[in-house]
Amino acid sequence: MCGIVGLHLRNPELHARLGELLTGMLCEMEDRGADSAGIAVYGDDGWSPAGLATISLVDLAAPAAEVAAALGAALHTEVSARAVGDVLLASAAGTPEALLAAARACYPHVLVGGFGNDVAVLKGVGSPRALAQQWGLAEATGWQGVGHTRMATESAVTSSGAHPYAVGPDQCLVHNGSFANHATIRRDLRAAGIEFDSENDTEVGARFVARALAAGADVATALTDLTTTFDGFYTLLVSNRDSFAVVRDAIACKPAVIAETDDWVAMASEYRALASLPGVERARIWEPEPEVVYAWTRSPQAAEVAA
Amino acid sequence: MSTTFDLATTPLREVNAALHVEGLAGEYVVENPRGAHNVAVGLDAPVTVTIRGHVGYYAAGMNQRADVTIEGNAGTGVAENMMSGTVHVTGNASQSAGATGRGGLLVVDGDAAARCGISLKGLDIVVGGSIGHMSAFMAQRGRLVVRGDAGDALGDSIYEARLYVRGSVRSLGADCVAKEMRPEHREELAGLLKAACYEDDDPADYTRYGSARTLYHFHSDNTY
Repeated sequence: MCGIVGLHLRNPELHARLGELLTGMLCEMEDRGADSAGIAVYGDDGWSPAGLATISLVDLAAPAAEVAAALGAALHTEVSARAVGDVLLASAAGTPEALLAAARACYPHVLVGGFGNDVAVLKGVGSPRALAQQWGLAEATGWQGVGHTRMATESAVTSSGAHPYAVGPDQCLVHNGSFANHATIRRDLRAAGIEFDSENDTEVGARFVARALAAGADVATALTDLTTTFDGFYTLLVSNRDSFAVVRDAIACKPAVIAETDDWVAMASEYRALASLPGVERARIWEPEPEVVYAWTRSPQAAEVAA
Repeated sequence: MSTTFDLATTPLREVNAALHVEGLAGEYVVENPRGAHNVAVGLDAPVTVTIRGHVGYYAAGMNQRADVTIEGNAGTGVAENMMSGTVHVTGNASQSAGATGRGGLLVVDGDAAARCGISLKGLDIVVGGSIGHMSAFMAQRGRLVVRGDAGDALGDSIYEARLYVRGSVRSLGADCVAKEMRPEHREELAGLLKAACYEDDDPADYTRYGSARTLYHFHSDNTY
């Protein structure tokens, strides 16, 4: 199984409640699998301070001050770092790519949870309820959040096997299902010079999408390419700092429900994860069609307000 | 006089146990289902159950004799393997609605997703809207009426179930073909539409689909 949840807020008045709503959604999906869990939050000023690049370093087991000093020395700039559960969030001026390069140089074997200007990714082994509490997720704020609770079926129960896979700047991908031909595609991507953190099938999907986006494709094109390249079962929720997209495979046996109101767009594996959202009784609710890409873009005005 | 259960305050198992009491009769209302799974499953009494809101998986599954109305959407496998009685979904149904159903009537006023009526074994299903791909896969007996359109691979490997579709069919599955609407089929369809409260539909607007029966016997050309 596995459970997916995502919430894209349109009404800025709800930004303060993002973490609270996402926690409720994620914990409701706990019985779809609870061996590990992860979240991505876009726009929490404490976790990913505005105007700075932020990187998530998972299970590094080093004091935040020491990591900040090491990254600062590598970047020749001031770096702040804070521990959120077993994840260190480090932020610095400059590009997310420069911060990523510094982290890779200082800690060659560290698991990078995600990186970008607006996103904080937290993931680890354990139940979503326990992890959400450890992270203080309910207090998080922002305009968009994604969550995943995992029941491992094809690779190890480790932090590197936990979702989200956030392998491109401000990008995030969560998956319910299993890709059948991921080994073939991983080989092709490796041959093209792309490095992987795990043997997990979902990471291949995330690297595939990140590569397409880096080459200039929009998210709808990248996901359409994914449907023609990947074989297997999948419901995917793919987010970026300004987009939120859902796609399912042709067989569409992995569940998905989308609900939309003027105030938000939400997606979950099951309706019960959406049942507590404000105004859900007036939402338009439907199941995404197989191999149709559903994508929402944050309005430029909303992006300016947040910036 | 009806009895009301509130799932916000009463555990689901208690509600289902109360609906399983021997000799049960009367009217029951279930409030605040909030997408819960297994609501009102396994009923076997001539009762009326109204569920006020959206339900999760397998709602009203294995139903016998009861008339169940779901005022909202239903998740995967609504009325799966039902034996008799009626199940009425006023909203949309997710995949595998009425799967393996053996008898009774399932009405979905909205759309039903993929695999509606998969392995149907005698249940009648009337869908007010459209149905998704691979519906009536290996359907053996029973009738499926669709007032809207059908998705890909309708009736793949179908046996003797009869399918009536008013709108378009994106594609037919293996061994499923359009068939002539003879008077007995128009009469059968009119009866099903009436039972589902869609009696204003003209049966002449529908096309019948069923098995070409070419897969019934071993054919040496199909070997590898």
